[in-house]
Amino acid sequence: MAEKSGADILVECLMDLGVDVVFGYPGGAVLPIYDALYNHPKIKHVLVRHEQGATHMAEGYARSTGKPGVVLVTSGPGATNAVTGITDALMDSIPMVVITGQVATQLIGTDAFQEADTIGITRHCTKHNYLVKDPGKLANVIHEAFHIATTGRPGPVLVDIPKNVQVATAPYRRPAAIAHASYRPQIDADPVAIETAVEMLAAAERPIIYSGGGVINSGPEATRLLRELADITGAPVTSTLMGLGAFPASSPQWLGMLGMHGTYESNWAMNKADLILCVGARFDDRVTGRLDAFAPNSRKIHIDIDRSSINKTVEVDLALVADVASALSDIIALWNKRGHEKADLAEWWARIDGWRARRSLDYPENGAEIMPQRAIADLYSATKATGKDVIITTEVGQHQMWAAQHFGFDGPNKWLTSGGLGTMGYGFPAAIGAQMGNPDSLVICIAGDASIQMNIQEMGTASQYRLPVKIFILNNEYMGMVRQWQELTYESRYSNSYSDSLPDFVKLGEAYGWTGIRIEGPQELEAGIRQMIDTPGPVIVDCRVAKLSNCFPMIPSGAAHTDMLLDPSQVEGTLSDEAKALV
Amino acid sequence: MMHIQEEHKERHVLSLTVANEAGILARIAGMFTARGYNIDSLTVADITDDHAISRITIVTSGPPKVIDQIIAQLDRLVPVHKVTDLTDNGPYVERELALVKVAGTGDDRIEALRIADVFRAKVVDTTIESFIFELTGPTEKIDTFVGLMRQLGLVEVGRTGVVGLIRGKEAV
Repeated sequence: MAEKSGADILVECLMDLGVDVVFGYPGGAVLPIYDALYNHPKIKHVLVRHEQGATHMAEGYARSTGKPGVVLVTSGPGATNAVTGITDALMDSIPMVVITGQVATQLIGTDAFQEADTIGITRHCTKHNYLVKDPGKLANVIHEAFHIATTGRPGPVLVDIPKNVQVATAPYRRPAAIAHASYRPQIDADPVAIETAVEMLAAAERPIIYSGGGVINSGPEATRLLRELADITGAPVTSTLMGLGAFPASSPQWLGMLGMHGTYESNWAMNKADLILCVGARFDDRVTGRLDAFAPNSRKIHIDIDRSSINKTVEVDLALVADVASALSDIIALWNKRGHEKADLAEWWARIDGWRARRSLDYPENGAEIMPQRAIADLYSATKATGKDVIITTEVGQHQMWAAQHFGFDGPNKWLTSGGLGTMGYGFPAAIGAQMGNPDSLVICIAGDASIQMNIQEMGTASQYRLPVKIFILNNEYMGMVRQWQELTYESRYSNSYSDSLPDFVKLGEAYGWTGIRIEGPQELEAGIRQMIDTPGPVIVDCRVAKLSNCFPMIPSGAAHTDMLLDPSQVEGTLSDEAKALV
Repeated sequence: MMHIQEEHKERHVLSLTVANEAGILARIAGMFTARGYNIDSLTVADITDDHAISRITIVTSGPPKVIDQIIAQLDRLVPVHKVTDLTDNGPYVERELALVKVAGTGDDRIEALRIADVFRAKVVDTTIESFIFELTGPTEKIDTFVGLMRQLGLVEVGRTGVVGLIRGKEAV
């Protein structure tokens, strides 16, 4: 059999695996791979400006298309720059394969130029990682890496390839289907547990479905089944930040997001429910608030493909370790087989309507300045009116929470945000990745003035590949969420949270060949958004909003769901040391 | 003022079979440190003819909920084949081996030898003024022996950490 170089074997594998785009940055230790990709007819390489950008682009691509994102970077600083994005993908369960170059095998351990212990550094921020020392083993490892990244609970897998392994040759045979000796994710739930789940659901008087990113990761069928389950049970549905879009925001059964900045009705319904069905979520601390006061009178069912998510923070009454689509399909089939009817939940819905009447997402407006919530709401209605497929990404902070609260998502894979790791600098590269995977969609990064600067260099990438992404900055000249916490917790001592020396974002856009738009007041908002949408190429919008707005509702750290703050008058300005110690 | 509270802990012996590959020990040990779990002892050696599988025995301690979480976290590591909590799976045998060096003369030396006999420790090295005892047994037996030797001229101790198997004819 004819032999191929390690670099050619890698590229061959990527083709076999259906990879059509790679986000990367060249360097000494990956030159053989870059040569194999030179003018490649099938695999498009997107040249980023910083390796962190490549990882978030791969995440945005993966989350918006359902396919794994692929990253290619060099050894040493190339790999270490990728670590934040890899960790982000681990926390948010995003399928990603990262190929890193490494110094030649005989140089490993000698502190060679651009050597870093990439495997050691990424061991605990990947789902799995490999160092390949033999080109003959490379094909199997690459195929296995994609298998592990995309199955079970998805996550990032890294393959470190020394430069001499890229050059050395070996026979290439396309590997057979992966039958891994020890990695076997559990897909189907225990049938006895399914029976118990159906009985618990049928007996519930105050049920609530609490869904998460796992529904979206499981695929479109899981989303469909979630809607069917809500339909046949009549239960209200709330969701985590990561799960937005799995259940349509336009449904009357939708309560909005839950947790720290969730709606009044969703958090009160969680608190008063007698049955919580958690579907592909993980009882994260942003969701639960004070653990000993979380949903105190409820029985809990937890569907999760990762057994370590079960009982990690909240003890549940019934665990279904399974893929969401499989478990929901089994539950619905048994529910129908047993002839269960929709229970009479009128009393429960009446209480929910009472909480809804508090209108917790309302905000004051004075007509003089743009309220950030208004900017999001207007952006939502304007983009919806276009009839286009709209994908929203965000950075991290107040703007992210306002977007989650005021932008309605009716389908999965349209909302890309950094939930678990909370990575400022995620949103803009994620938008570029999403646009690569969805060339005809309207992709908008909702950003803050501080977080957009964390990966702003990628404006060059969007220019180079003619990607018409839009950046919509809610500019309040503060790291708004930090400032908000300082106001609430540290008596308004705004230590280092003012964004001094901001660039002129309009001129910056123009410098990169973008269109720059500034929106200064409420009377310019609608036209500015309109212009952004109608401009064919990339656009950066500097939308000046009220500087000191706070994001409400808010459950302060260490507080229970029922201690929610709805408006600034409830803010005391200090917290106990116990509460301060919580993030 | 805020103080950090400690929780009640219990000791568990976990037996793992894992792929015998580079970095597996770092993967497991690193998971414990990253998540703040305790390792009281850890032993590892390959156990199959083809050297493909290793057995790792970990003695850990924590509240029951944490032990459950440790097992789940170990189980989801890609190269881990199986995790068994020996402490929670019926009767099992656990042993560790210790080498205990004791120096002394006169009555102390005679007493050390007499106690070693009671504990069925073997003398594997001797000089006029010292012994090295080899002792196997459960952790408490070795702790007791070392405690007694401390009063009789203990110089140093080497211990392997625990290995364990469930009793009866079945594998874990």
